[in-house]
Amino acid sequence: MPAYINSIGNISPQHSLDNNLFLEEVVDHYGSHLTCKEPNYRDFIAGANLRRMSRVIKMGVSAAKICLEEAQIDNPDAIIVGTGLGCMEDTDKFLSAIYESNEEIISPTQFIQSTHNSVASQIAIMLGCNNYNFTYVHRGFSFESALFDALLQFEEDESVKNILLGGIDEITPNYLSITGRLRQWKPNEYSQLSLLANHLRGSLPGEGAAFFMLGSEQAQHTYAQLQAVGMRYKPADESEITQYITGFLASQDLAIQDIDLVLLGLNGNTELDKVYYRVRDLLFKHNHLGYFKHLCGEYKTATAFGMWLAAQILHKQRVPEAVKLEPFQAKNINNILIYNNYSNINHSLLLLKNV
Amino acid sequence: MGMVSAIGFDVPQALHALRHCQTGIGPIRFLQTRHRGTLPAAEVKASDYELATLLGLDDIRDYSRTALLGIMAAREAAAHARLHEHPYLRTGIVSATSVGGIDKSEVFFGEFLKDQARGGDLHYMVSHDCGDSTERIADDLGIKDFVSTISTACSSAANAIMLGARLIKAGMLDRVLVGGSDAITRYTLNGFNSLRIVDENWCRPFDQNRNGLNLGEAAAYLVLESARAVEESRKTPLAELSGFGNANDAYHQTASSPDGAGALRAMQLALHQSGLTTSHIDYINAHGTATPNNDLSEGQALKNLFKDYLPRFSSTKSYTGHTLAAAGSVEAVISVLSLQHGIIIPNLNFKDPIAELEIAPVVAFEEGIALRSILSNSFGFGGNCSAMIFSSC
Repeated sequence: MPAYINSIGNISPQHSLDNNLFLEEVVDHYGSHLTCKEPNYRDFIAGANLRRMSRVIKMGVSAAKICLEEAQIDNPDAIIVGTGLGCMEDTDKFLSAIYESNEEIISPTQFIQSTHNSVASQIAIMLGCNNYNFTYVHRGFSFESALFDALLQFEEDESVKNILLGGIDEITPNYLSITGRLRQWKPNEYSQLSLLANHLRGSLPGEGAAFFMLGSEQAQHTYAQLQAVGMRYKPADESEITQYITGFLASQDLAIQDIDLVLLGLNGNTELDKVYYRVRDLLFKHNHLGYFKHLCGEYKTATAFGMWLAAQILHKQRVPEAVKLEPFQAKNINNILIYNNYSNINHSLLLLKNV
Repeated sequence: MGMVSAIGFDVPQALHALRHCQTGIGPIRFLQTRHRGTLPAAEVKASDYELATLLGLDDIRDYSRTALLGIMAAREAAAHARLHEHPYLRTGIVSATSVGGIDKSEVFFGEFLKDQARGGDLHYMVSHDCGDSTERIADDLGIKDFVSTISTACSSAANAIMLGARLIKAGMLDRVLVGGSDAITRYTLNGFNSLRIVDENWCRPFDQNRNGLNLGEAAAYLVLESARAVEESRKTPLAELSGFGNANDAYHQTASSPDGAGALRAMQLALHQSGLTTSHIDYINAHGTATPNNDLSEGQALKNLFKDYLPRFSSTKSYTGHTLAAAGSVEAVISVLSLQHGIIIPNLNFKDPIAELEIAPVVAFEEGIALRSILSNSFGFGGNCSAMIFSSC
């Protein structure tokens, strides 16, 4: 069953904290990775907690708070989080402590906070919310699984009205160092806004915490409708992907030409981006195309940023220039399809509609 | 069903151990840790190399122990359910893990800390994330139609089972492999030890003098099938998952509330969904970690739900140790075995009831009992509480 996106809290490498703004000013980090424009966490989290929480938990809890406040809801019927890597900073610290102390008794704080469900549970504790609470941790399906679960719940139980849902992942120094050695990222400092023109090996690492209040009913601030989400694991070739996409759209009574904007998960990795370009050539030759990972970077829940982008485009009926893959003028944007793949393994589709 | 744990490499071995009240908890033999010799654990009795040999895998640098255990249990479950006989049925996997490939990250990290630019074999890092073991199991069995991973601490596998059931119910899949896998690691052993909730002796669930948990490791999977798939393949189901509930205690990151509010709510939701009343529950496979906090809180929630008519209950963690993200599916397998064979597995090491509760678990093996429904609890850090009800068919 479709759901309405009734509020948003998005902490990202762009200025996305204020939902009234929408990429009027685009941030180019001129570095080799993108980190979030973080708020003053004191505005969201009380003192003792603030000191204890790691950065990703602070980002997640704050984004959730922004989202809850905009929706004016303090007891959602479910809290669902997707995260590819969870709380890496705490994991790093606790692993280091094990080595440095040679397994003596050490402080449990980092261990306690390093479980993947930390953000979802911190939100529940903060709200005193006893309802359904879930955390998905499956690579490029983490955020998608959370969405899938939410749509299923609206279908199963009509007493479920509001679901707080988010995608979160953080960059840490060790993450950059290890994935850097795996040669996943482009070296040196460069302009991210020309990510696709940089043909050096690798992609651009990023991070973010984006929360959404999904509702079974439209609210005052509704941004858009989430119509459907699809996941395809390890498709054999491009034809399986294109068949999957056309089948997915057909199940929503849509054809390719009904899609007013396709947002592709292009990430600058020239090998992996070939898949997107081939799918474009096979399916989307006549559609308006956009992309977003030059704005948020590549991470396992980057589609959460993509969903924020699509929801804002539909709500404001404006496609920021920086998002366009090629120049175009778009009018009456009704359907946006996000097509993402994580390492050509986890292929996913998000379909959003104007309300 | 398939299961590899400290009490055996497959389900028949586990059943044999349970029938004979043989615990899998003992001195640490395989994990490299300075706690060897002081803390006991419930290890699967094989090294990574031996597991890989049993599985016929060659280069195991990329395989975390979580993946090795997972593949072993998943293969048993898939063979038991004869998944290969009906390849046209839509089949998915929902797996749970909390440690993922951190056993390998630990090996890497020691060298990495000394030299960040070159230290450590990068092979050990490719399996770090939680999705890795799920995808290796999926690929081993050729499962493609739905692939996802859940991590809600020690309630993870129960939640994986629930999601699988919902996918079947919604008609999105015909069959789904559900469960979890968690290897024992220095990370978790030191983590629980830093919280001072690891017992240096055998754990004593629900005993007045309980002094913490014994860490275990396991993988356990069940195949859930739709009524249509069962009909088509002419199988006799082992049991029915008749209800489940998920709630959050919303009290503390690691401690359960004194009255077990989240636990109570999860159990109530499960009962409500099953359409059963408390009087239909003939046995409870409790979460029963043997930490002072859990057993008191869970016991209180049980008393609040069942009032004066508390059914037989026990914690089988006194055999398998606390297998963290796998615990929900390990105990689901044991619950189904209880239904199938009409047996109740007694709680080991129990002497005196908790003073505040005055409730006592089953302490002697019982057999020849017609069990209708079994309640299985799983609770985790972060207040994640889940309950499932398995009923005889």
